[in-house]
Amino acid sequence: MKAFSYERAATPEAAAQAVMQHPGAKFIAGGTNLLDLMKLQVETPTHLVDVNRLGLDRIEDTAGGGLRIGALVRNSDLAADARVRQRYAVLSRALLSGASGQLRNKATTAGNLLQRTRCYYFYDTSKPCNKRQPGAGCAAIGGFNRMHAVLGASSQCIAVHPSDMAVAMRVLDASVETVLPAAAGGARRVIPIADFHRLPGNTPHIETSLQPGEFITAVTLPPPPPGVQLYRKVRDRASYAFALVSVAAIVDARGGTIRAGRLAFGGLAHQPWRVAGAEALLANAQATPATLAAVGNAALQGAHGQGHNDFKIPLVQRVLAATLVQAVGA
Amino acid sequence: MKANPKNGWDVTRRTVLCATAAATVHAGLEVNEANAQAMTPGAPAAPPAPEPAPQLLTTRLTVNGQAHTLHADARTTLLDALREHLQLTGSKKGCDHGQCGACTVLVEGRRINACLSLAAMHDGQAVTTIEGLAKGEALHPLQASFLKHDGFQCGYCTPGQICSAAGMLAEARLGMPSHVTADLAPGAAPALSDAEIRERMSGNICRCSAYPNIVAAIREVAAQPGAAA
Repeated sequence: MKAFSYERAATPEAAAQAVMQHPGAKFIAGGTNLLDLMKLQVETPTHLVDVNRLGLDRIEDTAGGGLRIGALVRNSDLAADARVRQRYAVLSRALLSGASGQLRNKATTAGNLLQRTRCYYFYDTSKPCNKRQPGAGCAAIGGFNRMHAVLGASSQCIAVHPSDMAVAMRVLDASVETVLPAAAGGARRVIPIADFHRLPGNTPHIETSLQPGEFITAVTLPPPPPGVQLYRKVRDRASYAFALVSVAAIVDARGGTIRAGRLAFGGLAHQPWRVAGAEALLANAQATPATLAAVGNAALQGAHGQGHNDFKIPLVQRVLAATLVQAVGA
Repeated sequence: MKANPKNGWDVTRRTVLCATAAATVHAGLEVNEANAQAMTPGAPAAPPAPEPAPQLLTTRLTVNGQAHTLHADARTTLLDALREHLQLTGSKKGCDHGQCGACTVLVEGRRINACLSLAAMHDGQAVTTIEGLAKGEALHPLQASFLKHDGFQCGYCTPGQICSAAGMLAEARLGMPSHVTADLAPGAAPALSDAEIRERMSGNICRCSAYPNIVAAIREVAAQPGAAA
């Protein structure tokens, strides 16, 4: 690890201001991703602002019938919360399918959203990576790219976002609450999850719509839509592995007919993937093979493999079909 | 060092490992000075900020009931604080990246990977390591059960396995669900089937693959009412 200075922030506003003031500063919450990357010198912050003791570890009911999840709520506590288990099962399921018990006890809600890609070339500082060093090139394109993106990739970066939780947040239409540093106006703002994670384009090192120093205080969930909530993840091991593909689905079905459905996909792109056109096909539909194929084709429109990951396209379509059949039968 | 009849001086396995680790760390600091860059997600590419001088921090920890005050580089992980500063070498450094679980300890009663946490982040907190589980000469029920069921071969992962199992049993008693829990409805603690134990212990790797015996050891303790507190 490179040397860094360390401070413990007293308020969210002070944390934002401290990161804004120190060039090369970062927030540290659970640290499970940041310290991993610092040991490899993929991340080399010069200053760490510890945000663990800001009291942002509560889950509260909102006036509108939703939930407000503090940025520092640990993944294990969020998955085990009675309200989440009863009303946002897809979020519990997604969280429980990720990482290990030890990591979930440490990892936070905001940190999970901000975790970096697990692209091997991003981790390997002897290989070029535009995300690590803009302009260096991308070793994953034409390299070993079994885990990489089939949607939304660019000629600069084909990395995927590794989070399961973020896929559930996307299907639930979550919002990210932040505070800006005083030097940048000090305002609070709300970022819809759909606008939070960016596609790589020509700036793969810019992964979110957060501004420098902007600090996440909470993630809010609107009331859950009607229907059964499912999260299905396919990975190389039965436990403790990142998704090859995953499907989050909320399906309102009665008597074999789907009234409406929402779908979000993980492991396919630089952000959780959602396609309105695919969801529209679920309105008043039967789960026939023809419908399932049409929804799968619409969801994967524009997809193309990088070679080693071509299998992801038929795989996720099959996982989607199985998930919809399960939802209709539930 | 004492004289050793075999090689003339007393080199323990630990001194060799320490010397090797020091050489590795030194080599690690030499590389990649040029291509490492501070990169804030969401921030435009900026020239790398100069590396500051190492900062010494004072951290108070209560480890196995005993209060300690540490003066250490800010980079000191909780695992290195325990092993190198407090000489509590029961917690093991396996991968040092949160993948193997050999460093698992309990902080405020919850299991975490000590390698992926800075000691300074735990100022004022209580840590329990494998050295703190037994009550005097009386083994913790999990320690006794691992012995009874032969839940190890080389033993390197065992402290982490046992600390992880202690944390896991506490989580299950609180009714926390897992990936394989069929019904998410809040209520009674889930029954710890072998599938539940395996899923909940998946953050602890055993290179000798003693998994069947580890599961048997944990299963027996899980079935004891009020055990493994």
